[in-house]
Amino acid sequence: MNKDSNVFRFMQPKVSTMTQSDLQTTPLGSLMQQLGGKMVPFAGYEMPVQFAPGVRQEHLWTRQSCGLFDVSHMGQARLRGDDPAKALEQLVPGNMQGIPAHMQRYTLLLNADGGIMDDLMVSRPDEDGLMLVVNAAVKDEDYARISSGLAGSAILEPLEDRALIAVQGPKTAEIFAKFMPAACDMVFMQCGHFSLFGHDVIASRSGYTGEDGFEISLPAAHAEEIVREILGDDRVQPIGLGARDSLRLEVGLCLSGHDFTEKQTPIGAGLAWAVPKIRRKQANFPGAAKILQEVEASPSERRVGICPLGKAPAREGTEIALAGEIIGRVTSGGFGPTFGGPISMGYVRSDLAKTGTELELMIRGKAHPARVTAMPFVQQNYYRGTGV
Amino acid sequence: MADLYFTEEHEWLLVDGDSAKIGITAYAAEQLGDIVFVELPDAGRTVQAQDEVAVVESVKTASEIFAPVSGEITGNNGALDDAPETVNDDAMGQGWFFTMKLSNKDELSTLMDQAAYDAFVAEL
Repeated sequence: MNKDSNVFRFMQPKVSTMTQSDLQTTPLGSLMQQLGGKMVPFAGYEMPVQFAPGVRQEHLWTRQSCGLFDVSHMGQARLRGDDPAKALEQLVPGNMQGIPAHMQRYTLLLNADGGIMDDLMVSRPDEDGLMLVVNAAVKDEDYARISSGLAGSAILEPLEDRALIAVQGPKTAEIFAKFMPAACDMVFMQCGHFSLFGHDVIASRSGYTGEDGFEISLPAAHAEEIVREILGDDRVQPIGLGARDSLRLEVGLCLSGHDFTEKQTPIGAGLAWAVPKIRRKQANFPGAAKILQEVEASPSERRVGICPLGKAPAREGTEIALAGEIIGRVTSGGFGPTFGGPISMGYVRSDLAKTGTELELMIRGKAHPARVTAMPFVQQNYYRGTGV
Repeated sequence: MADLYFTEEHEWLLVDGDSAKIGITAYAAEQLGDIVFVELPDAGRTVQAQDEVAVVESVKTASEIFAPVSGEITGNNGALDDAPETVNDDAMGQGWFFTMKLSNKDELSTLMDQAAYDAFVAEL
């Protein structure tokens, strides 16, 4: 088999042993390993890519029961100051000042030109400024951008003594009704402090799988004991990063650094909804002139969902062609276990971004027919309240 | 009387005279995880040892399969088109990939037998 493939690396323990000394571990790393997690380097951390059931079974389990993910490698931080929401708006296009108490919002950290450095969650779980959750791979860059960009107006404090888990799936609420009943009254994107097995935690009703569930920030010192309690319910299984990736791809969510980079603005990346009307009117975020011009005109390329018409998956880096001409590339792709076939997302020339457009995927030098497809590939299942 | 050979790339060859049936080992299939697509070589193609001849895609990743020996492809396992998961279920049997006519049987001397392969995997 290909010696450059990820799989081959799993087969070469000596290689990973050499790099393991440089890798950080999360407060849940040793538990994940004890639970059978196959540990691989990811964003500078040793993380479980899968457990014994394998990516497909873990994916399906999350869609039908409840999966528990260690996402402690992600960056958790507080932003404090006289008006941290107003300060943060200097770097993001979201309506931060409009985040009510006990609510969370998705927004984008922009570079000076309006390019997307990262996506992040910003919430107001209490009176202690804002809480931020950023992606692991760009944590240091994000923190540097926020600290220097907001110098004098707000202070960023990374929270190094906390773990972060996601519990996701349709049975999550009924399971947590006994562990953390008050949290089950929340609807999608609400957040707050709760008691979980006697410990103060910050939970939001959110996640990155398209399913109902919570993301829960735990005190690192008690993270293992709390997770063991949760896993005591046999409807909950630990899930690796492999299934996390296929779950988020099926619901059309972006992987930072892949499905957008600093080369894209929120418009081309299909995230125009993350630039609300009030901020468009104010036009005071980085790259506002360029981004607002793209809203009117059109960016040169757009992010779209793509379904191969055959069975071969088109993975990241696959070129997208039309009549022999390269008109885009795949940024995420693989097999969707719930969808039941190969799925991809990527960028194509804006005039070819319309749903239904027939394209070709250049897989290993051969053109495979494909079609631009509306995302999500699999219906999202967020909890928006009983009345909805 | 057929002989079983193995490569360090986790392929098996069942050799009978100058014909061979080729697949990946159960160990490889387990490492790859759930297999969702296999691209197989067409009959009639002439290949050299170490030429890329097939691709196996799992939920996780794509891996190339190299010709373990030189010769001509004589057939492939079309049943894998509709049921690629057969490779996970029965890697050494129903999950075979393709058949070859060997052009140089001396190449077999560079491969491992079952005992040597088992020892090789035990070291991984």
